[in-house]
Amino acid sequence: MSFEIKSSGEAYDVIIVGSGAGGGMASKILSEAGLSVAVLEAGGDFDPAKEEDRTQLRPPWESPRRGAGTRIRPFGDFDQAIGGWDIEGEPYTRSEGTSFDWFRSRMLGGRTNHWGRISLRFGPNDFKRKSIDGLGDDWPIGYDDIKPYYDKVDKLIGVFGSKEGIYNEPDGFFLPPPKPRLHELYFMKGAKKVNIPIIPSRLSILTRSVNNERGVCFFCSQCNRACQAYADFSSGTVLIKPAMAKGKVDLYTHAMVRTVTTNETGKATGISYISKVDMKEYKVKGRVVVLGASACESARIMLNSKSKSHPNGVGNSSGMVGRYLHDSTGADRMGILPELIDRPRYNEDGVGGMHVYTPWWLENKKLDFARGYHIEYWGGMSMPSYGFGSSMDTMRKYIKDEFGNPSPNGGYGEGLKKDIRKLYGSTLGMSGRGESIPQYSNYCEIDNNVVDKYGIPVLKFHYKWTDQEIKQAKHMQDTFEEILTEAGAVLLGKKPGPETMYGLAAPGRIIHEVGTTRMGNNPATSVLNSNCQAHDCKNLFVVDAGPFVSQADKNPTWTILALAWRTSEYIVDELKKKNI
Amino acid sequence: MNRRENLKLLFTGSLASGLLLTHCNPKDKEADFSPKIAGGTPGGRIPEEIARDHKLLSETFFTEEERKKLDVLVDIILPADHESGSATEAGVPEFIEFMMKENPSFQTPVRGGLMWLDNYSIDNYGKVFLELSEKERLEVIDLIAWPDKASPELIGQVRFFNTLRNLTSTGYFTTEMGFKYLGYKGNTPNVWNGVPDEVLKQHGFEYPEKYMALYLKPEERGKVAEWDNEGNLIG
Repeated sequence: MSFEIKSSGEAYDVIIVGSGAGGGMASKILSEAGLSVAVLEAGGDFDPAKEEDRTQLRPPWESPRRGAGTRIRPFGDFDQAIGGWDIEGEPYTRSEGTSFDWFRSRMLGGRTNHWGRISLRFGPNDFKRKSIDGLGDDWPIGYDDIKPYYDKVDKLIGVFGSKEGIYNEPDGFFLPPPKPRLHELYFMKGAKKVNIPIIPSRLSILTRSVNNERGVCFFCSQCNRACQAYADFSSGTVLIKPAMAKGKVDLYTHAMVRTVTTNETGKATGISYISKVDMKEYKVKGRVVVLGASACESARIMLNSKSKSHPNGVGNSSGMVGRYLHDSTGADRMGILPELIDRPRYNEDGVGGMHVYTPWWLENKKLDFARGYHIEYWGGMSMPSYGFGSSMDTMRKYIKDEFGNPSPNGGYGEGLKKDIRKLYGSTLGMSGRGESIPQYSNYCEIDNNVVDKYGIPVLKFHYKWTDQEIKQAKHMQDTFEEILTEAGAVLLGKKPGPETMYGLAAPGRIIHEVGTTRMGNNPATSVLNSNCQAHDCKNLFVVDAGPFVSQADKNPTWTILALAWRTSEYIVDELKKKNI
Repeated sequence: MNRRENLKLLFTGSLASGLLLTHCNPKDKEADFSPKIAGGTPGGRIPEEIARDHKLLSETFFTEEERKKLDVLVDIILPADHESGSATEAGVPEFIEFMMKENPSFQTPVRGGLMWLDNYSIDNYGKVFLELSEKERLEVIDLIAWPDKASPELIGQVRFFNTLRNLTSTGYFTTEMGFKYLGYKGNTPNVWNGVPDEVLKQHGFEYPEKYMALYLKPEERGKVAEWDNEGNLIG
């Protein structure tokens, strides 16, 4: 990891805060238009092709904790998301009786280094939910406005999938999907019996080349460790580094942005940041400021940017910054499939993540909740890591001898060793990821009592699920049982009931938080216009998931990328016209 | 397969130059796949992580006496057999030693459990656990190794043994020896072209006809994709 800090004298054309999906796309499009760009990243430089940064293909014994999660890497010691839910010296608070967990990555590329690569377009209905069910709000744009950008993102970055012709799951420019794994074929069989569709997944992993600069997938299933061949989408490897190689892009690492600076007319003049290296404050000047620090971090910067012209924080004359924070819903279930016990070995790694998935398939009008969910599937003979072979005190009974007698739970010795080997690769599971209803009352604000170690006031979260999300989770649990059972699996654990909100994950846990700087035509009820430009600060833009009016039952990244591309083209146009 | 060969495979012959190679000089690419028990985890570590790994690796939790007991116990849980070595041969005690410091909530239950073995042995055999015969040791272990049969007042000791079984299993199967015993085939560059035919047949599956033309054809991987205006892959 190298430090790259500069104090700038001259103003940049554009300052971009954050190097994740949104910041990465903006840096590419804006620098290709010939603009000079500064990218500020709160973490260090990172390049998985460099041996010093590589965790891909490392076996578990290279980690003294055998890949177990740590505070800094909750998804495992080899996972490439440096930060986590609880960062030393960077606290956040919650109001009593509410919950929200905030996941941050401090590194070039942000959370795109480890994400699931599930790359789904929002469909026509996803932009017009209020018109359909009366809840939340419509987006000021529709699918047709963003479709050309989805098309361009598909071709530039690459996503595999299959053309299905499903109205609200728009097809794109797909690379060939990989064949399903064995447990996925069982899921397909089970789902077919109950008329639930399972189709090839849509992941931004290169099963074919899209250019001569990136390698293709070599099927190690470790996309979460960041790809040394650049064969999946990470913002650092696919957008920022190429932009730096071709254009006028300066990268500032270890730069914790505190405020957007503004002048007496209310226009943004640049940003101020704390260098994590010397703990001093620096200012960078720019003609345009683009925030892509993540929905909550961008909201925090705006709320902390108070001045005479912006007494409530820049972009916040509506009081809407931080409001309508919402995450995807999530619930899971697992089982064990007797047909997969003691099976022949072969390399079943495949791509990182599922080869098939279920898009939302029902009519909400006929259900007691308003929005849908998609289903992800997991299982297979994956690489042993921390936790492997655990739970033989409850799981060993699923191993049966030649006469059908179950092994006793627990135990020790040669028999235990054999049973662990037989059990390998026989468990499988499902996860639902759904749409929640954005609420004015779910929000983040500045906690005036607490600062982080850089002296910057922190966020306080207020978030409660409503009946809509709880009923959706109940529906997920029923569906999981149905599919697992029809696939021939024995369900593991107790079915989550009302006491746990049907296993509904706490807000923030699915890491799809959006909506804090939402777009809209009415400056009194939204932060940004339909071009992601602040209503009250014309040279300030947001390119992360803050502008989302609603988070569909799809993962947000593909829409962040498409919107950021669209916003960047608008910035170039407005600069040409001298409007900003 | 070494790393250079791996990399060649990644490029499927179609890419001889480009961004990636400019980032890799051959010296960088001599990967070291040997066990790293003595060092911290490699790969993009931040200073806090390096410092923590070194601190934990420099400390010792188990006393000598405890460590001797641990060695005996992990080899009872996963002994050597004609196919593979024992838990101590796989380095399981070193892993458990690390995990005690990594996750301090293990410390009291594990230390207490090891202590109980001696307490019980003294009360019932008049000597500490390590001085028992092999047969006597197993008599003691049998009291706590079978959760569904164990007497309810020993629930704490059963939990201790569950923890030890879990840690021993993970510690064993996350080593080269464990991988070999398990028959794990992955973590290496390859081309996924579906479930092997004989396995498909065994399970009574065929790939859906509808998708056969769509699925990835391994030989086309290196070709840069081209589409028509409708999004159909044409090249």
